[in-house]
Parts: sequence; C-alpha cells; structure tokens
Amino acid sequence: MKAGARLPAAARSIVDGDRRVLARTITAVENGDPAADEVVRSLYARSGRAPVVGLTGPLGVGKSSLVNALVGRIRSLGQTVGVIGVDPSSPFTGGSVLGDRIRLERRADDSGVFFRSMASRGAAGGVAAATREVSRLLDAAGFDVVLVETVGSGQVDVAIREIASTSIVVVVPHLGDEVQTLKAGLFEIADIFCVNKVDLPGAEAAKRDLAELVTLGGRPGGWAPPIVGTSTVEPTGIDELWNDVVAHEKFLDSSGERTRGERQRLSHEIVGLARDRVGKELLRRLEADRSLRRLLDDVVARRIDPRTAADRLVVGSRRAR
Amino acid sequence: MPKARPAKKIPIRVLIAKPGLDGHDRGAKVVARALRDAGMEVIYAGLRQTPEEIVRAALEEDVDLIGLSILSGAHMALFPRVLALLKSQGSHDIPVFAGGIIPDEDARRLKKAGIRAIFGPGTSLEEIVTTARALARPSA
Repeated sequence: MKAGARLPAAARSIVDGDRRVLARTITAVENGDPAADEVVRSLYARSGRAPVVGLTGPLGVGKSSLVNALVGRIRSLGQTVGVIGVDPSSPFTGGSVLGDRIRLERRADDSGVFFRSMASRGAAGGVAAATREVSRLLDAAGFDVVLVETVGSGQVDVAIREIASTSIVVVVPHLGDEVQTLKAGLFEIADIFCVNKVDLPGAEAAKRDLAELVTLGGRPGGWAPPIVGTSTVEPTGIDELWNDVVAHEKFLDSSGERTRGERQRLSHEIVGLARDRVGKELLRRLEADRSLRRLLDDVVARRIDPRTAADRLVVGSRRAR
Repeated sequence: MPKARPAKKIPIRVLIAKPGLDGHDRGAKVVARALRDAGMEVIYAGLRQTPEEIVRAALEEDVDLIGLSILSGAHMALFPRVLALLKSQGSHDIPVFAGGIIPDEDARRLKKAGIRAIFGPGTSLEEIVTTARALARPSA
C-alpha cells in the first residue's frame, strides 16, 4: 500500500532502472498476463508524479514527428522521457505495423529515453486497453515525463483524456470543415491546440478558426487552450509548445483541477475494472450452470422476453453467491 | 474496458529493421505487411539503423523476433555486430532472420554465426511467414 513498502523483485528492478524488466513487464500487461498483476498493483503508489502528455489528432498531421521534437526538447532540459506510440490493430487479422519509431531520432546510447510501440488490439478511442497501466509503469520507473501518441484518430477518439494530464490536439492547415467538426469530441478534450506544418499556406487561417472556436468555451477551471503553430521541418514552435504543456501542468496544480481530473479518471477506471470483472464472473457462471442455455429456449420460443431473461440471470447470479 | 477478440491469442512481436546505408526498403515493407497480415505486431524501425539502434529497439519493444533487411552489401559487417550486441545484452535468445542480396557463401557463414534464416530474392512471402512464426514460437 504505502510507497516504500516492500516491492516484488520485478517492481524493484523497474524502480531501479532495469529497462529489460520494464520492457517485459509492459509485454505482460499488454497480454493480460497474471504475472504482471502484483507488479502493477505494487507500483501504483509510485506513480502520479510524471505529467502524462497525450498527442492526438487526425491521421497524417505529424504526431510522430512532433513527439520526436518534444523528446528532443525535454532531453535538452535535462529531463527523462518515456514514450508510448499507439497504432491500430487490424480488426481482421489482429496484426499491426507499428511505425511510430521511424520518426524517432537516433538515441541508441541515451538512457533518458524509452520508446514503446503498442498495438490498439481492438480497443476503441485511439489508445490500447493497457496504455494507462503502461504509462503508470513508465512513471514509476522514474521517467520525468510520459508522452502518449494515439492512433491517428477521428473526432470521437477521446480516450486519451482518461490517461493524460495534458492533451494536445494536433491539426494541420486546410482541414477546413474538419476543424468545424472538432467542435464536438476532440475539440472538447484539447488543453492545447497545435497547428502543425505551420510552414504550409493556410496556417494563419487555421489558427484563426481555432481561436474562434476556443472563445466558444474553454476547459474546466477557466483554462483557455492556447493555439501553437509548429513545424518539424524547420523546427518552429516546439519550445513554445512545451512551455504551454508546463504552463498547463502548473495550472492543474494551482486551480485544483489536477485533483478533480484525477478523481474523475480514477473513478472511471475503478468502475471499468469492476465492470470487467463482474462481466467475466457472470460469463463464468453462465457457462458453469448452463442457466443461459435453459433461458435461451424460453426466449427463442417467445415464452419470455430478453429483458426478463436478463433479470433472471442477474437475480440468479446474486443468489448463487 | 473493451475486450479484444475472444480468442486470447497473444500476437508475435517482430522488429523489422534495415541496417546499412542503402535506401531500398521496399522488400522490408512488403515483408512487414505480410507478417502483419499473418497477425503479427510488426515494429517497423525504418532505414539506416545502426546495430546499436536495432538492438536497443528490440529490447525496448520486447520482441520475439528480429528481421534484418539489407541490400548494401555490408551484411558481413553489420549482421554479426547485431548478434554480438544481443549476446552482450544477454538476449541472444531472440532469433534473427535476414533478407536481401546475400551471396550463398556469405549466407552459410552468417548462418553459422547465428542468423537463423536468410531469404534471397524470389522467396515466397508464405515461406517467410511460416519460418518467422516457427522461429518466434518454436513450441507452437
């Protein structure tokens, strides 16, 4: 429970900076391997220190290149950084090509950076089911900052909000009407707007459009999302983007929004985990006592309706306890 | 939390990297796609990777398998270097396969050095997928 309490060996290795154990534990978390359970539980108390910065936005706006530029900026400030790059899994084969590493500058001998690619493995919302716990592992491993790059997302892919303390929504000039559609969804989760490829024509118009939208409503606690123009070709605006992240993190602390946001996210997480377990337990019992099969006969024959059948299952499973 | 596919098959993770200075990555990309279509998670590291970068990526990504593609002719220098680095990191258990323009005599020597499979031009994707799968999960 308490920080500093006795840790399992693998957790101790992760805290002590063993990157191999960290990498293997991430794999175990991704695979739902029970071997990771104790490590994840025991390291929770050591997380909550690093800002978790999410980058999201449509496909091809340059998220990977921005992540690389931010990694450079963070390292130049003497801080360490753990990065998670999420790419989609094929819904058909489960396979995936994870290409976020391509943009990563060569840092073969820099132990201040750790980069991990993750496939979404069927999760909706632009991140993988395990991304939150993996970001916590990076936090507990001592990285000063955690960056999460989501799947090139649509306007409803807002799951990053459940993980990140600061969300950057990245757009490019000439998204046009797409910026309009951001009004619902992505727009609502942006703590910072980044107009990338600002060297392209139309950048000023894009910034103006966003500024107009921002005046329609800010974030909770009175935060007005800044709009930053960036380019990674001729590096532009990267320092400013990072300064805005730092400013937002400070705002979270001074306004009390950090605690409020954390409570909300954690409540979603706990309820989600509990729901997951209840669902699994229900399935297990249904398979064990064949109650579903019996009910099914009645429902198929129209003797009872599906809602009544569900009522009976829930009552039944309660009684079975 | 949305559950993935009901069958709990754990995907094979494979790193595809191009050491050497040639810019011909078509072969590597075709192989990456074929492995993806076979249900694997392919970490594509891109062009002109040094052996140090390749090994670092393999360890961070905790891959089951490494595939190297090279057309520059520097394979006799670069492949053994990758194997040596893996060994020095205690990770020589990660199987390494390779593809590219590699003369038979070199291929024999590389296999002796520990490259588990070498695919030349004209190898079918099916053969590459089957071999990759067998290398990553010898028991399956």
